[in-house]
Amino acid sequence: MPSKNNKREPDISRRQFLLRTAATCGLAATAGVWGYVFYSKEPVRRSESRILTFKDFRVKDNTVYPNLAVVHGQDADKMVRAAIEKIGGMGRFVNPGEKVLLKPNVSWDRQPEQAANTNPAVVAAVVRLCLEARASEVWVTDVSVNDPYRCFARSGIENAVKRAGGKIRLTTENDFVLTDLKGESLKVWPVSSFYHQADKLINLPIVKNHSLSKCTMAMKNLYGSLGGQRNRLHQDINPAIADLAYAIRPTLTVMDAIRVLKRNGPTGGNLSDVSMENTIIAGVDIVAIESYGLRFLDLKVEDIPFIIMAEKRGIGISDWKSLNVAEMNV
Amino acid sequence: MIQKILRLRNIRRIYAIFFIVLFVLLLWLTSFGSMKGYETKLFLELDPLTAIASFLTSWTVYKGLALSLFIICGTLFFGRFFCSWVCPMGIINQIAGSIFTKFRAVDTVALNSYRPLYRLKYYLLAIFLALAVFGSLQIGLLDPIPFITRSFAISVFPMINNSQGWLYLKQPIFNGGTLLGLILLAVIFANRFLPRFWCRAVCPLGALLGLLSFRPLLRIWRDVDLCTDCKKCLGHCHGGCDPQAALRVTECHLCMNCIEDCPEGAIHYGLSKPSSSAQMPLDISRRRLIESALAGAILLPMMHSTITSKTSPQHRVIRPPGSISEEDFLRRCVKCGECMKVCPTNAIQPALLEAGFEGIWTPILINRIGYCEYNCVLCSHVCPTGAISPITVDKKIGKGAGQKPLKIGTAFYDRGRCLPWAMNIECIVCEEVCPTSPKAIWFQTFEVELRDGTTKMMKRPYVDPNLCTGCGICENKCPIRDQAAVRVTSIGETRSSRNQMILKS
Repeated sequence: MPSKNNKREPDISRRQFLLRTAATCGLAATAGVWGYVFYSKEPVRRSESRILTFKDFRVKDNTVYPNLAVVHGQDADKMVRAAIEKIGGMGRFVNPGEKVLLKPNVSWDRQPEQAANTNPAVVAAVVRLCLEARASEVWVTDVSVNDPYRCFARSGIENAVKRAGGKIRLTTENDFVLTDLKGESLKVWPVSSFYHQADKLINLPIVKNHSLSKCTMAMKNLYGSLGGQRNRLHQDINPAIADLAYAIRPTLTVMDAIRVLKRNGPTGGNLSDVSMENTIIAGVDIVAIESYGLRFLDLKVEDIPFIIMAEKRGIGISDWKSLNVAEMNV
Repeated sequence: MIQKILRLRNIRRIYAIFFIVLFVLLLWLTSFGSMKGYETKLFLELDPLTAIASFLTSWTVYKGLALSLFIICGTLFFGRFFCSWVCPMGIINQIAGSIFTKFRAVDTVALNSYRPLYRLKYYLLAIFLALAVFGSLQIGLLDPIPFITRSFAISVFPMINNSQGWLYLKQPIFNGGTLLGLILLAVIFANRFLPRFWCRAVCPLGALLGLLSFRPLLRIWRDVDLCTDCKKCLGHCHGGCDPQAALRVTECHLCMNCIEDCPEGAIHYGLSKPSSSAQMPLDISRRRLIESALAGAILLPMMHSTITSKTSPQHRVIRPPGSISEEDFLRRCVKCGECMKVCPTNAIQPALLEAGFEGIWTPILINRIGYCEYNCVLCSHVCPTGAISPITVDKKIGKGAGQKPLKIGTAFYDRGRCLPWAMNIECIVCEEVCPTSPKAIWFQTFEVELRDGTTKMMKRPYVDPNLCTGCGICENKCPIRDQAAVRVTSIGETRSSRNQMILKS
């Protein structure tokens, strides 16, 4: 008995047969070409990402001005202004239309009084000075250790910078680019891309005690440019800090020693760890500034291997007394 | 014109849009920097089932949960309006259901007729309330408001962020987020087969509101003199409450669609008229109800005779600061995920079985993902039921003379993995990041002899258990990425009298 499902396929013509054969051959050929094009001896394709290097943010040396300006006083804004005025004014460092990146220390979810982050008034003063020097944009950034939203908000820096007309740039996971630091212990690291976008870099550290490196000031502050697994730097901390200072050459360093964290650093947390020193130090020589800052923590240059290493590499001069230092009160 | 637009159905739609937007907005605002005193937990506080179940477990109506009286009293007067006017879960299901039926040729009259399956929710409610009476709060598993809050916080928001990348600096990730997302998708997809399947058949809050609306003052009434039995009123019925026959008022969501759909103007909302149809009472079998309540009661000794965080302290069950003792915690936590949404470091994670079956989706801290931010108490302020009770920063860090900080656990070194201890490699990142003052992590300097015979000074870390708060930043920042060399366990937590190790502290 014939099937009841007896709907028949129609016969095909010669023309149809040829067309279908051609189409099938075409598909088979395409598959072959794909196979040929994508044939590989490696299991995955590696995209070679570009590895950048830091630009030199420094401006030309000028012996007319003192190397270091040390200002004592009560009003942070006036102190910062006086210090930068003394070393040639912001116009010496920032040209009109340039993008300026400020790197304060905003590592911790702490309030200004606890002296774990750079004083917001100092950051705001520098933002205003940059804008007065007609910088096109002033960015303030850091890669915080605690939650960045909390760090920027509670350190008072977010508010102060916004009021002064600057812009907070928080670093997201996508904002890091591989950069060759060409150091002894630091080679290629993910670095916040803002450092490659800015024209000038102003380092705004605060003077703090640190358990492993004994102190954290201008040089160690540059640690905040790194992403990735940077906590491994502790394993070789002195060469790592010297590498950072060698790779990143800021235009200017303005160090906040208004409140100094003497103990329990770098986090602090207790007001009894903080001592009022009411000083601002500004200058171009990061090693000299670092060495000057040691006095607040009762340390000497001989105690700090990374300063000696940095000096040996020609980053700066640790014997600040031999330099032209302008000290004043406002 | 305005009268034409402002029909009852459109008014309901405006409310629905308002409440779903409000829900998403409040949950979105639940983060540091944008909270600023908004009542971000409003929907959970309005939820009568959360209020009643947590009342049954601990005999308190906690703070904002009193707001649920608005819904309870409103339901007594007006009927089960919550489900289609306010409930974000109901509104999402309604939107999904109408999309699924709109583009397919389906018999909406058959789909929207009452089915005996809809009794199921009353039996589920009985099981969960029986459990609650005996002290186990499991209602959060199915209560729609914690359910949808949890699903959004743990699965939907991170998903949106992953595809957009603009909400956070760091993509929040959650333990078992995919599971929660799949459960939500399953609930939404159920509308493909039966519109509002969740609301009609499963939702225990719907069942509770159904019980409360057994005799509301105002109802939907059908005029038997005007009705021509065309059944058009069933076409868009939300509740499946049979408005074409004897209305089942306990199922009616007051969606008002039947009023608008009736060509004869035979249906109205308000008081009854002499020509109004008779209505059906609550359709549940008393025997089934008692059986399911018994089943709930029998579940309890079973749950108490297993190893859970209640029966013995579990080292991984590190609760957020401010949490009440574990027994009470499990009596109060509705697993809503608000604390997980607000945590700035993503440390608070939904537990899977770490705390036992009762503790599924309750908050625990996983320090490899985040850590407890020293100056942060946000989680304690978003908890709707007081499982995490509000604390101040001063109380948390123990500011003031004679005050002790709030401990959530204690850090321990694994000296076989710690670089200075095991391999003579300099490190002590843990000491650097330790937030207390003086630091709970301290070090001793040893002179160690290396393999090549030279000696080196090495700083090796220790924990001071009296200063350690268990915040876990040491574990989080430890460079041994896969399993940290310093790990926090729950021992020594302030909230527990049993989970202690040191005699004098």
